[in-house]
Amino acid sequence: MSGDEPLSRTGKVDFGGIVKEVCLAYVPEAKVGDYVIVHVGFALSLVEESEAMQVFQYLKEMDELAGLKEGGP
Amino acid sequence: MKYLDEYRDAGTARQYAREIARVTTRPWSIMEVCGGQTHSILKFGIDQLLPQRITLIHGPGCPVCVTPLELIDQALEIAARPKTIFCSFGDMLRVPGSRADLLSVKAAGGDVRMVYSPLDAVRIAAENPGSEVVFFAVGFETTAPATAMAVFQAARKGVRNFSILVSHVLVPPAMEALLSSPQCRVQGFLAAGHVCAVMGCAEYEPIAAKYHVPIVVTGFEPLDILQGVLMCVCQLEQGRAEVENQYARAVRRTGNPAARELISQVFTVVPRKWRGVGEIPKSGLGLREAYGAFDAAKKFGLTDRAVAEPAECLSGLVLQGQIKPPECPAFGKNCTPEHPLGATMVSSEGACAAYYRYRGRAAEVTV
Amino acid sequence: MGDTLNFNAACPIPIGQYPRIQLAHGGGGKLMHNLVEGMFLKAFGNETLDARHDSAVLNMPPGRLAFTTDSYVVRPLIFPGGDIGSMSVFGTVNDLAMSGAKPLYLSAAFILEEGLSMETLWQIVCSMRAAADRCGVQIVTGDTKVVDKGKGDGLFINTAGIGVMEHALLIGPASVRAGDAILISGDLGRHGMAVMSVRQGLGFEATLQSDCAPVAAPVLELLAAGIEIHCLRDLTRGGLASALNEIAQTARLRMLIEEKLIPVREDVHAACEMLGLDPLLVACEGRFVAFVPPKDAGRALAILNGRQTDTAAVCIGEVGSQTPPMVVLRTVMGPSRILDMASGEQLPRIC
Repeated sequence: MSGDEPLSRTGKVDFGGIVKEVCLAYVPEAKVGDYVIVHVGFALSLVEESEAMQVFQYLKEMDELAGLKEGGP
Repeated sequence: MKYLDEYRDAGTARQYAREIARVTTRPWSIMEVCGGQTHSILKFGIDQLLPQRITLIHGPGCPVCVTPLELIDQALEIAARPKTIFCSFGDMLRVPGSRADLLSVKAAGGDVRMVYSPLDAVRIAAENPGSEVVFFAVGFETTAPATAMAVFQAARKGVRNFSILVSHVLVPPAMEALLSSPQCRVQGFLAAGHVCAVMGCAEYEPIAAKYHVPIVVTGFEPLDILQGVLMCVCQLEQGRAEVENQYARAVRRTGNPAARELISQVFTVVPRKWRGVGEIPKSGLGLREAYGAFDAAKKFGLTDRAVAEPAECLSGLVLQGQIKPPECPAFGKNCTPEHPLGATMVSSEGACAAYYRYRGRAAEVTV
Repeated sequence: MGDTLNFNAACPIPIGQYPRIQLAHGGGGKLMHNLVEGMFLKAFGNETLDARHDSAVLNMPPGRLAFTTDSYVVRPLIFPGGDIGSMSVFGTVNDLAMSGAKPLYLSAAFILEEGLSMETLWQIVCSMRAAADRCGVQIVTGDTKVVDKGKGDGLFINTAGIGVMEHALLIGPASVRAGDAILISGDLGRHGMAVMSVRQGLGFEATLQSDCAPVAAPVLELLAAGIEIHCLRDLTRGGLASALNEIAQTARLRMLIEEKLIPVREDVHAACEMLGLDPLLVACEGRFVAFVPPKDAGRALAILNGRQTDTAAVCIGEVGSQTPPMVVLRTVMGPSRILDMASGEQLPRIC
């Protein structure tokens, strides 16, 4: 990461093996090791690890709800 | 790839499909707003996994597709000038104007360059002080922060030979325009995930309330879209009309404050014409007075003019979700990616191009 | 790829005098003579070339001949894993191999742009020699022209090649049959993305190397083992999608392939995602698709994999009998879709 001023901060972002220089001005809280959403050379938001499994968690909850409704498996 | 491939798991997808079928008791029509979502749906065949009663309507979320013909003609005019370097994202290069596209201007000798980021255009301007460098600023709120930064940095570094041809558009006014049309059949929305990553979810709340439609902020991977559909169907079945966030790993309710700050510093909300839809008030972004020197339309004295669309092109109806691409008489015949009649066939996010590429010229493929 | 000639060694043409190509180097006079002698003949040197005739006179073995030509306009001239020189040799050798021919001789015609660096040219010429040696072919005739600065992109190369068919098969789309196994020789998309990775403006740091390589040897080995090859196609511009669609249309048969069986390296996949490209449409330069009867598929794969460590050949599908002809891809998610050719050229020149 380089640049002292927040608005010109850039960093190298690794896209699964490909590394590109990306503008980090909009994610001032980003640290090395964080995952970011990148669009046209700009990081727009941090990926919240705690929410990442939500897609799978939701399904599990729906399943459990359905199980409860039908009176258990 | 982390945070990508997991969301393409076939087993989980089938589970979602079963769950959606289980909760669906009535037919529902849901619109996915973003062109990137449309492509994901067609590329991965998500619509084929859903029960018949769920209809996905493809929305106008393709910024290339909605850029008016007049603006493309203005772009062509600028690009053809001597000592001018015209920079654009790849997609805009093949969109036809009234008579040509940027690639044919390039073939005729114009300096037209594809860039990955608006900052590349600023760099080109700094490296070529003898030329005027113009960037075609097309995009939704997702791209606006990048354009804003480019203008901001150009101003700060005194790069005077840089300007932008602005065609930024905003999603919520477009959704309202769609919803207020009497032909609107959309009952629920999958809102564009990356637009909301920037702008947040709050501005959708009044829309959900006013029109009583559920709006689920959704990502782009197959599992994101499936979860978004499930959440939307649950709301519809339960008669709810709220804004929910499926894409919570990337979207916060307040969006990205730093990005919104710079957008409002550089841009102001203006009326904008959407190709195929017409003018929608307060639906675009234009440069503020303070940054007027970077406005290419002013700099080059471009005049507004009305241009007629080719009559055969029904992209307007496609963009409004009134018809599906294969229902257009020109689809696959007079209109193909090689000789497109309208932008929806050219852009990688256009619904017509997606259908042509992934479904062929005829109806669904049965294997 | 072994470098038999070190391009860092003293350049044969006194660089001090002519560090760059000038128009006179194509003029037919002394300067051109020195260039041809000092650079091309020095690098490619063989009996036929040394005869310095206007045409190469060759003793051809008996049998059918395969003849092909290709022009190379890739930018940049040098990229990770190769350069325009090695590509121009491997590409033409591979075209010959796709008929099952043993490649023998190449011609090499150069169109040089005024201002091209001599050192760059020497590097490329040495690379061609190394590539030719690797394939066991000789460059036996050639031509040199120079065009004004601004008219040439540095360097364009055309190579034509002759090979001999030492088998009696008719290898081509007409021989493809329903039920044939569709094999690919390795993972996809390395070349196109490697070139992208060094393009101005789209540049990203990557260790992506082009898969630029000759494929004659594995093909000849398949033939020697008695594999009944029905069709071969090298995957260049337009990638797998173009090759399969062209064959489907010519053979008037449907191709059915499974997305989950198609190997794509993680970094190629990532680069494609980043730029919104489909790896199935991206160019390779050292990969081919083979159509063989199902009984030969296992053996063919064993032969192909016996000689490579960097990638693996796999079966990705089969030829169907439905009409109309097209390429149908079963996606990783389950449903199927059409795999169409790329339309238009949004990628920069890559071969």
